[in-house]
Amino acid sequence: MMYDVIVIGAGVSGCAIARELSRYEINACVLEKCEDVCEGTSKANSAIVHAGFDADEGSLMAKLNVRGNEMMDQLSKDLDIPFKRNGSMVVCIHKDALGGLQELYDRGVKNGVKGLKILTKEETLEMEPNLSDNVEGALYAPTGGIICPFELTIAMAENANVNGVEFRFNTRVEDIKKDADGFWHLRTNNGEYTAKYVVNAAGVYADKIHNMVSEDKMHIIERRGDYCLLDKQVGDYVSHTIFPQPTKYGKGVLVTPTVHGNLLVGPTAIDIENKEGTATTAFGLDELQAKASENVKNLPMRNVITSFAGLRAHLERHEFVIEEVKDAPHFIDVAGIESPGLSASPAIGEMVGGMLKEKMNLTEKKNFISTRKGITRTEGLSVDEMNALIKKNPAYGTIVCRCESITEGEILDAIHRPLGARSLDGVKRRTRAGMGRCQAGFCSPRTMEILNRELGLSYEEITKSGGRSRIVIERTKGEV
Amino acid sequence: MKTYDIVIVGGGPAGLAAAVAAKEAGNDSILILERDHELGGILNQCIHNGFGLHTFKEELTGPEYAYRFIKQVLDLGIEYKLNTMVMDIAKDKTVTAMNREDGMFQIPAKAVILAMGCRERPRGALNIPGYRPAGIFSAGTAQRLVNIEGYMPGREVVILGSGDIGLIMARRMTLEGAKVKVVAELMPYSGGLKRNIVQCLDDYGIPLKLSHTVVDIEGKEHVTAVTIAEVGPDRKPIPGTEERYTCDTLLLSCGLIPENELSRAAGVNMSPVTSGPVVNESLETNIPGVFACGNVLHVHDLVDYVSEEAKRAGQNAVKYINDGCKEAEGDNIIELVATEGARYTVPSTINVGRMDDLLTVRFRVGDVYKNSFVSVYFDDERVMHNQKRIIAPGEMEQILLRKSQLQEHAGLKKITVKIEKE
Amino acid sequence: METRELTCIGCPMGCMLTVSMENGEVTEVKGNTCPKGDIYARKEVVNPTRIVTSTVKITGGDKERICCKTANDIPKAKIFEVMKDIDAAVVEAPKHIGDVLIKDVAGTGVDVIATRNVETA
Repeated sequence: MMYDVIVIGAGVSGCAIARELSRYEINACVLEKCEDVCEGTSKANSAIVHAGFDADEGSLMAKLNVRGNEMMDQLSKDLDIPFKRNGSMVVCIHKDALGGLQELYDRGVKNGVKGLKILTKEETLEMEPNLSDNVEGALYAPTGGIICPFELTIAMAENANVNGVEFRFNTRVEDIKKDADGFWHLRTNNGEYTAKYVVNAAGVYADKIHNMVSEDKMHIIERRGDYCLLDKQVGDYVSHTIFPQPTKYGKGVLVTPTVHGNLLVGPTAIDIENKEGTATTAFGLDELQAKASENVKNLPMRNVITSFAGLRAHLERHEFVIEEVKDAPHFIDVAGIESPGLSASPAIGEMVGGMLKEKMNLTEKKNFISTRKGITRTEGLSVDEMNALIKKNPAYGTIVCRCESITEGEILDAIHRPLGARSLDGVKRRTRAGMGRCQAGFCSPRTMEILNRELGLSYEEITKSGGRSRIVIERTKGEV
Repeated sequence: MKTYDIVIVGGGPAGLAAAVAAKEAGNDSILILERDHELGGILNQCIHNGFGLHTFKEELTGPEYAYRFIKQVLDLGIEYKLNTMVMDIAKDKTVTAMNREDGMFQIPAKAVILAMGCRERPRGALNIPGYRPAGIFSAGTAQRLVNIEGYMPGREVVILGSGDIGLIMARRMTLEGAKVKVVAELMPYSGGLKRNIVQCLDDYGIPLKLSHTVVDIEGKEHVTAVTIAEVGPDRKPIPGTEERYTCDTLLLSCGLIPENELSRAAGVNMSPVTSGPVVNESLETNIPGVFACGNVLHVHDLVDYVSEEAKRAGQNAVKYINDGCKEAEGDNIIELVATEGARYTVPSTINVGRMDDLLTVRFRVGDVYKNSFVSVYFDDERVMHNQKRIIAPGEMEQILLRKSQLQEHAGLKKITVKIEKE
Repeated sequence: METRELTCIGCPMGCMLTVSMENGEVTEVKGNTCPKGDIYARKEVVNPTRIVTSTVKITGGDKERICCKTANDIPKAKIFEVMKDIDAAVVEAPKHIGDVLIKDVAGTGVDVIATRNVETA
């Protein structure tokens, strides 16, 4: 089958692009090496929407960050996903570094960030009483926000899929060749795919994909960041996203509430040469605590419920590369999408969508469905609302995940919606079942039972997150 | 929805024993709410033997022990709801719960007995570095998969933590054909019962490495290897002592946490030491009419003690209702203090007027003490001084206080429990 | 004279026992705080036995495995032979606590019995 466009990678960029493409009369397909969307950098990051004062004035990063931030309100409404403008603060703890705040402020104003304000020590501590006593002041950005990266990515993918974009999972691009007619042939572990245009949104693998078609070689540096996630019990320890002052390694270790009410601490920054190197280290986890404690006092680290590491797809020039490759026409790179990539993602989608619209002369679909209804959440419903729901579907009366109070109804919804969950992590990222303080100890066997029943997967086929991540290997004593 | 005098949250060993005792004490309006599809709680997956030596003077398996109580509940006609999750307990003792058939419902209770048990400490809380692949289980989750669902998580196993469930699972996995390569324990002593170390590890030649912890987990998709290292007195790994074990499964048995989200939300005062409610001699929390027993109160190592404790909670709930649901009266409140080796006591206070003739006070120690004394002081006077060959954190200790003894000490304000060398 | 160190399992105390033996006969047990320790030590060095608990395949029931135990102690040396029989066995629902699932397991003269109820599906 010949596609108009193939997008490589179903991370937040790929899915944002897919959604934008789905506005047009087009045959598009997303190829993803993992078994679900949001399996790489998009699943392990700070889960925040940056205001946009960090990136250099005039850079694509700055432009797309600010634009992405602007788009989030409407997008979160359209896609029915949680998003909160909790505001962010860059905290200064050395008097002689106060000038740095002014620099950020000025850059932010030039980048078009609205509402920026430099706070005095007193104002800062009044807004965030748990900050270090050494705080000298802060840059406050009211437009900073928090979002669930899983839900954002999944929602955009679902919406794209409903509007006709195909998704091929467990499909790894191994080679790309152009034929005499100028069409791209993508060899994968799952057969060959052909397309007129290719969008390379492969995250940390974007260099590998780029280098398959171009002589102008690209090198992505995997910059690992370790994180700790803390229990909801301490989710309100700070209410804004708290940054240290930035360094050349990035925006530093932040402390932030998550949109679901946990507290997130991270990331560290260490350059590695391993595209799968998402192992945390003892050094990193210690460093995390030390650095976060410089800005936030008595950080309740005994409430950590999990730690994880993510990889930033860093380019030496520290800039988003979103362009048609010079020596490979009809091949568009979306590379170097490190922070603020999540914030910028809707704008990245818009930009690439616009580029392709122009290049391919695309016409808008008449029946584009711009909204998507998320999974019906039971959290916070009144007794009457719950009972109405249970009456319609008794599965909402069964709690599967006790920590996050997730019902069987929500899990069934996650499994049976477009691009539905097929693994424990797939269920987790869509519903939060298993994301709480017991980290799936309680609900795993129950979720397995549901996956077994609903998808006809045997227990031995059920995975944590696709591939070889099986939960159990065989029956005790063999089959009868 | 029908109303009940007593709502018991949890149908495990604590909830069952509390229900039976409350019924036998004369209350006919009891409801047990259980989230699983059968009564018995965690005992259903504890298929090993060793339960009930104190209660029944014989060795039973977990399901057998549970069934002794389930049968009483059935025979006594005590009501229960399965597959029912309690969502909220209000300060006025209205219990909100939910299931498929009844939907979400509320029961205004006169007394509530907290019997929710505990959960296992997950990997995240241990901050073990490395990848986050499949193949890492809390020991209890693996126990459920093997014993109830009938599936093997893997063939080559490393276990971190020598809590009882970890030890039991070392033997279970071995008997089911897996190779358990090592059990690593962070502390210089095991948190499990001696009997389990002998019969679950020694019997099968499984090494127990004390003062060791996991320092790396390999495998992006599934566990392929685990590295353990010795730790120093600061419990930090000592460089150069690393040993790598190829394996496909890592089981964690690193402590249990009383499951008190509901209690906390209800406004029950918590002990930072036990992570369970602070209770008085009647096992009553700061909210009059809300009682706690079993592992939700403090983590036990013997189910027999859970049953005994729960029985008292059940009886006291009935007493509370029979006395007109009044806040406890009496000015003679004695404070119990655990110090010098003793970490906590249950209960924390004694109202002499309300106590039974004989009161069991349970406590745990924070370290291993050999040939030491469990001492009890009434204010500054030492009234008990019992020598013990060994006192260990993994094994709960108890002392008995007589009502008459306390009454004799007029004006007694404080009872102190401590461990003394001599 | 040979000595063997044991941990008593008679109760949660876990006394450290020292057993002195001569010509295969126990001459002295030290370290026990109660008679149970003495009995345990003498038996454990001469004829160690264990209760084996596991699960057995069951068909036609509301569960696919039923938990079980040896009705009495079996020789420690026979644990894996007992497991072999347990692994191979298939029983049919219903089964109730105490029902015999395997008679005379591994020639020990001991039966394997059910330790829970499994009703017909």
